[in-house]
Amino acid sequence: MSDNGNGFEPRIVGFLCNWCTYTAADTAGVSRMKQTANVDIIRVMCSGRVDPTFILKAFVEGADGVIVSGCHPPGDCHYSTGNFKTFRRMPMVEALLEQYGIEKGRFHWGWISGAEAPKWARLVNEFTEQVRDLGPLDWKRQLQSKED
Amino acid sequence: MATLTINGLEVHAEEEQTVLEVARENGIEIPTLCYHPLLEPHGACRLCTVEIIRRGWPRLETACTYPAWDGIEVRTDSPPVREARKVILGLFLARCPEAPIIQELAREYGVTEPPFPPEDPDQKCILCGLCVRTCHDLVKAEVLNFSQRGIDRQVGPPFLEKTRQCIGCGACRIVCPTGAIEIALEDAAVYGAKPLGPTGAVWVPSMQAVPLIPMIDTDSCIHFRQLDRSEGRITDACQACQMLCEAEAIDFDQQDEILELDVGAIVVATGFEMWDPHGLPQYSYGKSPNIITGMEFERLSNSGGITGGDILTAEGEVPDRVAIIHCVGSRDHNAHVYCSRFCCMYSLKQAHLVREKTGAEVYEFYMDMRTFGKGYEEFYERLQEEGVTFIRGRGAEVEVLKDGQLRVKGDDADLGRLVQADVDMVILSTAIQAPHDADQIGSMLGLGRSEDGFYAEAHPKLRPVETNTEGVFLAGNAQGPKDVPDTVGQAGAAASMTLALLDKGEVTISPQVAVVDEELCSACKTCIPLCPYEAISFMDEEEVARVNEALCKGCGTCAAACPAGAIAARHFTTEQLLAQIEGLFRLPEEEPEEVEVERVPS
Amino acid sequence: MADNGKLKLGLYWAASCGGCEIAIVELREKILDLDAAADILFWPCAMDFKYKDVEAMPDGHIDVCLFNGAIRSSENEEMAHLLRQKSQVLVAFGSCAHEGCIPGLGNLFDRQSIFDRVYLETPSTDNPDSIFPQTSYQMPEGEVHIPSFYNTVKTLGQVEDVDYFVPGCPPQAPQIWAVIGAILSGELPEKGSVVGASATKTVCDECKYDREEKRVTKFYRPHEIIAEDRCLFDQGIICSGPATRAGCEARCTSVGMPCRGCYGPGPNVVDQGAALLSAVASVVDADTEEEAARIVGDVLDPVGTFYRFGLPASMLHRKKLEGVG
Repeated sequence: MSDNGNGFEPRIVGFLCNWCTYTAADTAGVSRMKQTANVDIIRVMCSGRVDPTFILKAFVEGADGVIVSGCHPPGDCHYSTGNFKTFRRMPMVEALLEQYGIEKGRFHWGWISGAEAPKWARLVNEFTEQVRDLGPLDWKRQLQSKED
Repeated sequence: MATLTINGLEVHAEEEQTVLEVARENGIEIPTLCYHPLLEPHGACRLCTVEIIRRGWPRLETACTYPAWDGIEVRTDSPPVREARKVILGLFLARCPEAPIIQELAREYGVTEPPFPPEDPDQKCILCGLCVRTCHDLVKAEVLNFSQRGIDRQVGPPFLEKTRQCIGCGACRIVCPTGAIEIALEDAAVYGAKPLGPTGAVWVPSMQAVPLIPMIDTDSCIHFRQLDRSEGRITDACQACQMLCEAEAIDFDQQDEILELDVGAIVVATGFEMWDPHGLPQYSYGKSPNIITGMEFERLSNSGGITGGDILTAEGEVPDRVAIIHCVGSRDHNAHVYCSRFCCMYSLKQAHLVREKTGAEVYEFYMDMRTFGKGYEEFYERLQEEGVTFIRGRGAEVEVLKDGQLRVKGDDADLGRLVQADVDMVILSTAIQAPHDADQIGSMLGLGRSEDGFYAEAHPKLRPVETNTEGVFLAGNAQGPKDVPDTVGQAGAAASMTLALLDKGEVTISPQVAVVDEELCSACKTCIPLCPYEAISFMDEEEVARVNEALCKGCGTCAAACPAGAIAARHFTTEQLLAQIEGLFRLPEEEPEEVEVERVPS
Repeated sequence: MADNGKLKLGLYWAASCGGCEIAIVELREKILDLDAAADILFWPCAMDFKYKDVEAMPDGHIDVCLFNGAIRSSENEEMAHLLRQKSQVLVAFGSCAHEGCIPGLGNLFDRQSIFDRVYLETPSTDNPDSIFPQTSYQMPEGEVHIPSFYNTVKTLGQVEDVDYFVPGCPPQAPQIWAVIGAILSGELPEKGSVVGASATKTVCDECKYDREEKRVTKFYRPHEIIAEDRCLFDQGIICSGPATRAGCEARCTSVGMPCRGCYGPGPNVVDQGAALLSAVASVVDADTEEEAARIVGDVLDPVGTFYRFGLPASMLHRKKLEGVG
């Protein structure tokens, strides 16, 4: 994958809950829905397992965008209210990333149920393009910057 | 115990029985108009007049009020009795010349002309007061009563005006022997809208169910309506069904109960609901009473239904031509894209019933005939032999013509052109769908749903009965459309899985649980309210949080929140997930670094 | 050790407020014990030393160097390298050297924006020619060089190999003495350890308050509420205690102020700010997205709140630099 302006392929990490969005992503794959190959999925049992540390870690390691997606609240969550913790944490993570200068468009969090495979495919495609337009983030180079 | 003779027959009577009751018990008919077994006898119509011979003295008495005394002799059809009834009927005929029951009785007794010219040919009330007694003693609404005197005497509500006291129950109309009472329903549409629905206050919700249990529709029941309207004051209205039920099976105090059961496994068999064909206006559902759904046809053709099983149009006529339209709401991107699977077969069965019961021409508009089950294709062939006309192509539109005739237009794919049929009845084989409140049970049990709205099985091929929640299984249409044999098969599988689970007596839990490293836990209690299963408790003595592994389901939300990093979600530990993220960005040519695992709480 | 058997000690003050130096003085009468135990070879704050004195030392001449302050300028970095070379044990002393501390919040800006603020925008500044500090300047006597100001504040550990870390803003006197005692006794822990603080627990462990299950409906800054005498976090005051390494004896909460997190992350925590953020947000008592967003929205400065002492040491280190990456 190249990271120069024109041939830039964004790297996106998706943290998906096992029961809803991961299922949707699985179905999207099995159903041969057309999706960009830019999202790497990390499965967690519940979107409530997503420690904000993971999101920061993904950006530090080189992700250009991050997706966190779980079951629709209220009620869809396999663990009853795991997703409640997600919607309590993520707005704060959003504010934090903004302070860090990471553009809003690089972070998406939301809900996709197991029945919404097309919605997952659409998110993947649209988010990839959105991140592509923002260009590479390349946080590692940022840290290694020698200009001081 | 009293012994008496009626028409020469020696009969026995219980104490407090009347002559009329004893006679009826013994199959001896005595005509009456104002008698009702649920009400006190009144002796108003005098038609039950019989000859009673007591201590040698004959006299004419009303059978409904005369006690069945020991030793009396009763003659119900002697010449004096007949003569007396003739006089009575003559007077009735003069008052109510057009009442059919009066005409019939008069004919029976040879009364051809009224003794006086009738004053009001429309009069049907014989002033027997049965309605008044019903309204007072049974319904307890106390609306109807007599007013005026002599020839002006009449029955009606106070001042003959509309009153809110009347609940419109219709009991007076039902008991009136001469059909003198009509109920003017202000909102007839409420009743008219459900022509095929239940008609009385007591009905059987599921015909042919075993056991066949009727229920009281509290919205229609006089007892409950009076209870409701009087805000609990009138507790003894009607109760007619209870008085009549010999098995004493009726209990008005029965309430909906919430039963709490501790169970080890749950089979979700919540079924489906019918899709509402109003959603596709081209089928004109609701625009003519003769456009009905398959479900409504079932009610119509059921022997317990309102026509006693006769297939009739709303006008009460036997239809000459009937159209059945398949896939209404199924396989349709404007409604449900899935196939509802069992409609083809019930449509064929309904075609068969129409042919058998009415001999009508039947046109089936179908897209594909899905006769996939055992013996199904054979049944389809038989229907072809029975003369049903099959038209391959979706029935596109139903038009209600000016005269009420129905015109079905469709496309005949075999002929490659549009066809139309004018019919008397259209049956729409409507789609089924997941119950509208499926989400509630879904969230209660943690069940996901597939795109079609039905509950999702754990795996579409390999685990079609299990769900993602351990101990919860699916059976039947809750999981997706299926016919009876498939449902029974899946239900059997669900039952045996349940038994397998219960039989073991213990459950194997997933090792994927959260564990607290008590060395690292500093008792901040952040995690405790987060657990949806209350699996984390605080140990007051040790001053640490501890996870009950039997309750923990392994979501890991506590691990994500622990500010001290003291909780590990086994198999999804922070170290593992961070290593995964690192792994994503390690270039393939790089030698894998040794992953530094700091502390993995045991 | 020196010939007289005394420990050869060096102390240096890089980018920091000087509080760590005061903390040494806070040893009070024990400073005499320190003098008895150690020869101080280098302590610019207290005595007159020149860098050339250090440069003249043979490598490894200093036994222990307590280095406080973050790396803000080329001078700080140069001294870090020099003192590493001349010291056998290099200790990152205090929060600035350990994890960047308050100067590290400068990482939400860059050199130019800091210069703009300091040399142009502050109300008392009159700088019509927009003159900024230069790293070299030609004077009649010759060219002078002054250290360059970095875009990014770094921790000592990010520029040099550090043997031990002593956390705290500033480190507490008893712990300083404990560290010196350990060095004197030769009982040194594993290299890279955080010393003078708990090896396992967080501040809650030392805090005087009992805690309840947390359900926060509103967040308060300390001045917005008269706190009751119970766990401050339970009352909606963001207290860094749960996510901060114990060792300070919970000095702030003992006087009713929330912990601000100067002892750095707990022993098993990767990123202190993320851990604290997650805990704080998780206990928000909201069952709808709207409600949660409203309550969480009260936290106006997440980086300043959750990374008050540790931004340079955090995973992301700093705000994104424009034109980099």
